Amino acid sequence: MSHVWRPLFVALALVAGILIFRAFYVPKEFGIGEAGYMYGWHNPNNEQYWKDIKVKFQGSAYCKDCHSKNFTYIRNTPHAIIPCEDCHGPGMDHPGKIAKLPIDINRLLCLRCHAILKYPNSDRGKIRGINPATHQDPNVECVTCHDPHNPNLGALKKSGQRFPTYKLEAGAPEGKSAGGAKK
Amino acid sequence: MMEIHGEAWTLKEFFCYPNEYIYWSIQIVMYPFMTGLVAGAFVLSSLYHVFGVKQLKDIARFSLVFSFALLPVAMMPLMLHLQQPLRGIHVMMTPHFTSAIAAFGIVFSTYGMIVASELWFVYRPHFVATALELKDDTNRGLIGNFRYLLFSALTLGCYDVSEHALEKDEKAVSKLAGIGIPVACFLHGYAGFIFGSVKANALWMTPLMPVIFICSAVVSGISLCIITYIVTMEIRKILSKMGNKAKDLPSYEELQSAEIEEVQLTSKYLVGFLLAAITLELLDLIFRGYTAVKSWDILREVIYQRDFYKIFVMQYGLGNLLPFILFKLPGLTVRRAALASSLMLFGVFMMRWNVVIGGQAFSASYAGFMDYVIPIIPTSLDTFKEGLMGALSVIITPYVLFYFINKVMPVFKYKGSH
Amino acid sequence: MERRDFLKQTITIIAGAAIPASALEFINPKSLFAANGGNTRWVFLADTQKCVGCGFCVKACKLENEVPYDADITRTWVERYVICKDGKMRVEGNMSNPGFGINADSPKGGRDGFTTAKIEVGADKHVEIKDEDISKAFFVPKLCNQCDNPPCVQVCPVGATYKTGDGVVLVDRSWCIGCGYCVMGCPYGVRFFHPVYKVAEKCNFCYHRISKGMKTACVQSCPFGARQIGNLKDPNDPVTKVIMTGRVGVLKSEYGTKPQVYYLALDREVR
Repeated sequence: MSHVWRPLFVALALVAGILIFRAFYVPKEFGIGEAGYMYGWHNPNNEQYWKDIKVKFQGSAYCKDCHSKNFTYIRNTPHAIIPCEDCHGPGMDHPGKIAKLPIDINRLLCLRCHAILKYPNSDRGKIRGINPATHQDPNVECVTCHDPHNPNLGALKKSGQRFPTYKLEAGAPEGKSAGGAKK
Repeated sequence: MMEIHGEAWTLKEFFCYPNEYIYWSIQIVMYPFMTGLVAGAFVLSSLYHVFGVKQLKDIARFSLVFSFALLPVAMMPLMLHLQQPLRGIHVMMTPHFTSAIAAFGIVFSTYGMIVASELWFVYRPHFVATALELKDDTNRGLIGNFRYLLFSALTLGCYDVSEHALEKDEKAVSKLAGIGIPVACFLHGYAGFIFGSVKANALWMTPLMPVIFICSAVVSGISLCIITYIVTMEIRKILSKMGNKAKDLPSYEELQSAEIEEVQLTSKYLVGFLLAAITLELLDLIFRGYTAVKSWDILREVIYQRDFYKIFVMQYGLGNLLPFILFKLPGLTVRRAALASSLMLFGVFMMRWNVVIGGQAFSASYAGFMDYVIPIIPTSLDTFKEGLMGALSVIITPYVLFYFINKVMPVFKYKGSH
Repeated sequence: MERRDFLKQTITIIAGAAIPASALEFINPKSLFAANGGNTRWVFLADTQKCVGCGFCVKACKLENEVPYDADITRTWVERYVICKDGKMRVEGNMSNPGFGINADSPKGGRDGFTTAKIEVGADKHVEIKDEDISKAFFVPKLCNQCDNPPCVQVCPVGATYKTGDGVVLVDRSWCIGCGYCVMGCPYGVRFFHPVYKVAEKCNFCYHRISKGMKTACVQSCPFGARQIGNLKDPNDPVTKVIMTGRVGVLKSEYGTKPQVYYLALDREVR
């Protein structure tokens, strides 16, 4: 055979080397999934990786048994629609590793919905809102006056006091007996 | 604060989606620029080997070797760009051919093998001679031993340098060069396809992209060959003036006349490809303006307002029109050709920049803009890789490689049959 | 060289190259015909009227999916659109008016909600629009569209991102090379690089939750029912009923991606 084919043999050896390496390197499950070659070319083991991600938010039903008082208390108020974990944080590891969930009582939390924005094409425009800069004392947390579990403005106004009915210690976690909910 | 890829060099204005950053930065500008140089240099060498443009003999061998030196460098920006560079091999392991990038490994290595084989045929007599010479040298020393091993390996066990064998070599070279041209064009047109097929990007998506890329690739490849050729010739002229006869150099006058002849001829091809590239680019621009689809509002703002200076002054003006005039003015001198070629190279670089960065200069929302602020002084691995320093390392590497390759395959001293 | 020889040579080489390629078994027809889909196709329904821009969904998503909280990247986000009566965009100072008819923003992806009327128009630049100037204004939740023809999957060179049998697009963190082609290929801008794993990252409809029969974190945290997830293959699913019988829109259908996040009360100004 003529010598001119020698570079081709080198090339073929290289290709063979790559293919042998590939046989060992690529997981044998790697292949075409249900979505076909264009959209389903993958290692199927990876699907389990994503299924195994830890669930953090448990849903309000998770809170029901231990915090039944607050759970039922909030049901008849406009805030019934707010899932517990939106303000109390993800229930993961509670009550196990995390004995008490930290409560976000920051003014900004309430302003997410209640900073007034008169937007005509959004239900935001229908939510009772305040101007954060001018409403009462901007340095005071909303929960000083408003009960987040029962934002009853009528009762609040009737009392006539400046910081009337509601009191929640800043940063204090809610106890099992629902200390945050006062009548 | 955690480093978000892209945040360090992206400036946003008006409404951009929260996850949008300049994800493809300087290295992706370098990538088509470098592959363009590879492809262009190879096409130039093939003009001699395939089409028998005899006058290009000298520059042909040079550009072939240089194209080989550029090869690894075409891959370098991609490796520097990858967030997981160690996994780059996955492209060869589990290629997903519906992706334009997937075939890169295969096309690239095919091309690499073609160039390497071609070089092997051109330099085979040299390998054989050197290997035999070293074999007889009983006093080789450590480096000599290494060289002996290297050159023996490079002969691939074939020591036949008879006239008949060399004739076969010559045939093989022209065949390889013939196959090489479409492969080189494919390698680079394919880089254009990577951009042109991104339907999510209004600026990139055009079927003309691969063709535009090939034409500008050839322009940049030839430019670089002219410049490097002129530089090496000037060095040789200086050496010859110094009367360094020991190195067996041609006389000063011989070099002088050979140089200008080569440069003048090569520049003709350069201008031809430039005209093709410009025509296509303008066609694309006119078409976009005329059809004025949804994306045109924001594209117009980018092309005619925000990037006006970069596109019309730097790329078309300084990088295309000026060198065109310089080449076309009668009485082309070597110095003028060098200047024009440098400008041309700059023009092609700016074209790559305006495509890659310009394509990300507007948000997919069509209601916001992004700007790439190239990191000069690296503060992290990311800002090194995707900043000026990373780009400079890519530019320097081919010359370093060329230096070493030249030791094995001497470009100028060697008087082969081709 | 003669042309005939050249052609002969070329054909021989191409034929030679084709043989090892067939031995690679990249495409196995048997698996192509394997069970195509089951009885699940996850889809999403977002109501832009109900959305109030509280951003609880974004907050929950970041915590649920371990996306660095303060990093300016997010799997889901909320956009605000404010259209003025004069149809013009408000810009600060003497910037050249780019002439989009919209004022829109999504500061921090809407993670902290929208607590001010000021609209972000760039890094630390804001404009305020007076209530009386507004002709329409609303919020739009955004997330991965889990397209039927996901362009991000099509362009992945290594098979590190893929569509599952139930229609969700996932990323294999152990296989992604981080080239960013998928990020460029997505017309919706949902992909980014995870700052910790350094691979492409995206919304996957909380795959760990939906595969356990739970709702996604964003759906569960939304007090207003603006976000819903459903199974399009279940005719009794309330989401399916809305999609099948109601007037729903999708984003950027012109790309042929067949997005599977449906919108109620979508507006032409939504980008």
